[in-house]
Amino acid sequence: MTALLEVDHLGVTFRTEDGPVLAVKDMSFTLNQGEILALVGESGCGKSVTAMSIPGLLPTHGVARRGSVLLSGRDLTTLAEHELESVRGKEISVIFQEPMTSLNPSYTVGKQIVEVIARHQGMNRRQALGRAVELLSMVGIPDPRRRCASYPHQLSGGMRQRVMIAMAVACDPKVLIADEPTTALDVTIQAGVLEVIRTLCRELGTAVVLITHDLGVVAEVADRVVVMYAGRAVEQASVGSLFAAPQHPYTMGLMGALPANALRTKSRRLAEITGLVPAPVDDPDECQFAPRCGRATAECRATRPKLAESRVDHHVACYHPGREDDRG
Amino acid sequence: MTDMAVAVLPATTAITRGVRLRRRFLRRPMAVVGLVLVTLFLLLAIFGPLLTPDPLVQELTSAFAPPSAHHLLGTDDLGRDELARLASGARVSLVAGVLSTALAFLVGVPIGLASGYFRGWLDEVVMRLNDTVLAFPFLIFAVGFAAIFGASLRNVVIALAIGLLPSVVRITRGEALVLREQDFIGGAVADGARAGSIMFRYLLPNSVNALIVQATVAIPTGIVGEAALSFLGLGVQPPAPSWGLMLTSAQQFLVQAPQLAIYPGALIAVATLGFNLLGDGLRDVLDPKDRR
Amino acid sequence: MGMFVLRRVLSSVVVLFLCSVAVFVGVRALPGDPALIMAGESATPALLAAIRHQFGLDQPLPVQYIDYVTQALHGNFGISTTDQIPVSEILVQRIPVTLEIAVLAIIVGVLIGVPAGIISAVRQGRFADYVSNGFGLIGLSVPHFWLGLLAIWIFAVRLHFLPASGFVGLAEDPVENLRRMVLPAIVLGTGLSAVLMRQTRSALLGQLSEDYVRTARAKGLSHGAQIRHALRNSLTTVTTVLGLQLGALISGAVVTEQIFVIPGFGKLTIDSVLQRNYPVIEGVVMITVFGYVMVNLIVDLAYAWLDPRLRLSGGAR
Repeated sequence: MTALLEVDHLGVTFRTEDGPVLAVKDMSFTLNQGEILALVGESGCGKSVTAMSIPGLLPTHGVARRGSVLLSGRDLTTLAEHELESVRGKEISVIFQEPMTSLNPSYTVGKQIVEVIARHQGMNRRQALGRAVELLSMVGIPDPRRRCASYPHQLSGGMRQRVMIAMAVACDPKVLIADEPTTALDVTIQAGVLEVIRTLCRELGTAVVLITHDLGVVAEVADRVVVMYAGRAVEQASVGSLFAAPQHPYTMGLMGALPANALRTKSRRLAEITGLVPAPVDDPDECQFAPRCGRATAECRATRPKLAESRVDHHVACYHPGREDDRG
Repeated sequence: MTDMAVAVLPATTAITRGVRLRRRFLRRPMAVVGLVLVTLFLLLAIFGPLLTPDPLVQELTSAFAPPSAHHLLGTDDLGRDELARLASGARVSLVAGVLSTALAFLVGVPIGLASGYFRGWLDEVVMRLNDTVLAFPFLIFAVGFAAIFGASLRNVVIALAIGLLPSVVRITRGEALVLREQDFIGGAVADGARAGSIMFRYLLPNSVNALIVQATVAIPTGIVGEAALSFLGLGVQPPAPSWGLMLTSAQQFLVQAPQLAIYPGALIAVATLGFNLLGDGLRDVLDPKDRR
Repeated sequence: MGMFVLRRVLSSVVVLFLCSVAVFVGVRALPGDPALIMAGESATPALLAAIRHQFGLDQPLPVQYIDYVTQALHGNFGISTTDQIPVSEILVQRIPVTLEIAVLAIIVGVLIGVPAGIISAVRQGRFADYVSNGFGLIGLSVPHFWLGLLAIWIFAVRLHFLPASGFVGLAEDPVENLRRMVLPAIVLGTGLSAVLMRQTRSALLGQLSEDYVRTARAKGLSHGAQIRHALRNSLTTVTTVLGLQLGALISGAVVTEQIFVIPGFGKLTIDSVLQRNYPVIEGVVMITVFGYVMVNLIVDLAYAWLDPRLRLSGGAR
């Protein structure tokens, strides 16, 4: 089965006033039809930039991009901005982190949904409005017909995010990119929104690229996971395999930092990964995690490890992968 | 997205903030042009009168003379050296602009900080008063002011300061409103710091950037304001030179000596332009909108 | 919205009250005794006392103030001390003149400034932006009274195209009227257009970097549609700026009328202050303040109407 989405050696560099910033150095992964893929990593690892590169949503100036992004075999990186406009909203949709500011405060919710429908599907106003009401009820918003006439500020955070989801799936896209969709929401609301994403996408057969720094979210919703560090993928696996046997020391560090896991250790303390993420200004040929890694050797600092299969369908970029009891 | 990228940088690069700001400023040609123009204006105002002949000396026989070695820009309707008058006028403009701004800041910054920090009824009263002062079209107020207190440079400066006050209060209040929500203020309060100390040691230094930008707007406003008032006869009195006064007398002689109207106005425009360019550049570097 | 309107109206009334008191006291503080001016050379103490009594100048200040306000509300602003004409008549004569200049200047300013600002923001960093920005900066930096002189020199002295000064009523002769109004309107309008251009540009740029524009782009909307989204939210800023500039416009009118010798409201202001014509001064300033407060009120209400957040929540933002 050919993958729906193939990202191949993607690299993104920002030209800023203070010098070039290598946000994404080398990312390759695939997304299959109907699958939910999680991109995990801490702030600044390049996961958002990776995801935004797919539909070409990076700024038009001051950005250099390498590599290719194939959607059903078509390379999106070769398309011009106006060509991408037909792809966005229709084949690839995005929902963002901040639902309050992601909706235009001066237009009603209904109008903003109708807008995307009118852009890509030739419906008249009444049909489009009907579809909008249908979508709102699909995402679990009560009294959808009346809600269409509401303004964003009249809705709660969770409801706004559901509106965003409705807007995103309105034209039945193949891929949905969800950039930290629950991070800005109350913990009590998060589960509901995640549930909407999961069931809706299963029903519609939409594949999802879910960006998050929260392993809990990954465990709940994702099928496969890519762990990112300093602009590169360091581990890729199915969810089950990742949690059962994390291979990369960084992944293990992330999991160790989970309160639930900390409770199981003898010391019952939150494990932390010492050190800082390297600044994205250069890219030496060595393992970027080495300075913080307990098992780093000379080999790690000599050449950068490449992604290699360490278990079945489980890839890791490390010279010393696998579970050991001494960590850094 | 680039702010995400830049946010990661500063903690780990070696160049200091001052150097970085200076580099960003120098990378903007328009800002540098502004700096050059302002410097030229300052040089003219400070050193010009020292290097030119006496602007008050009249040589009625050589009125409206064209440029010569003796009078580099010719003479005016009373035979006075035009360049000397322009230089002295520059000094008057500089004094008016800088002093009125300084006065407005001296009074307005404390009021703005207090208003923004304490909120409540103090804020309401200050805002109402601010709006009231703003409601008066400035020139009408200035005319009345001059009528009551007499027309002189000193009174012009005071009237200008009053006119500049509302914007200064508003900007400072805005800064205080934003800053008071920051955690480090909460920390200071929890430590038992008194309000005055908080305003002076925390709010003020953090407002400096916005205030510097505001100063680059206020000074040219003062310069143009002084020129306008003198133009109307409400400011500097003849025979003292002022760019505004020079324009008044030039209006009568537009036919025979249009250059007398061109020079002073052009200098006002260039000085104002310089401050505006400088202010724009500083604003980009010091107080960019994506700071928050 | 109702609460918001009520609060703004009340606030305007307060400002009006404060201003009127300030005006009243300020005018009384002007040096020069109006009774003396009116009586002229042949002033005797008895005559002065009679004049003071006739004009209520011997009453305590608060009484004078209340008297004044009640009369003003009936449209009676007193009599001009210099020529014995009712002040209201003078005002009615002069206000439309300045109003015409102001309206023409606003038309010039908006028609040039707002589109220029939009183009500048949309084509940011490119040639059109630099050109627009350049003109905007120059328009801001050039003092309008100088611009007036230059305009007179170019168009009247050198080209003999337009008259240098003077005024003809609109009703009398529209063509001649406009010939004389063109230069003042353009001179005033230039400054306004520069401010509007910069504010529109900065407001639009600010909105273009907001998240909802990113959403619009992610939805596959065209660049034009994205700009429309941003423009909708920039209107409030532009309206506010326009309201704030009106004060500057009136100040500008004062000087412009001097230069072009137009018998408008602005010229009346200066003349009346220099002549110590109390009733006229009071009338002039009260009308100015009233007009300015009214316009600000309208601008605020328009702002609230444009921003659904204010409209629906009664201004509690």
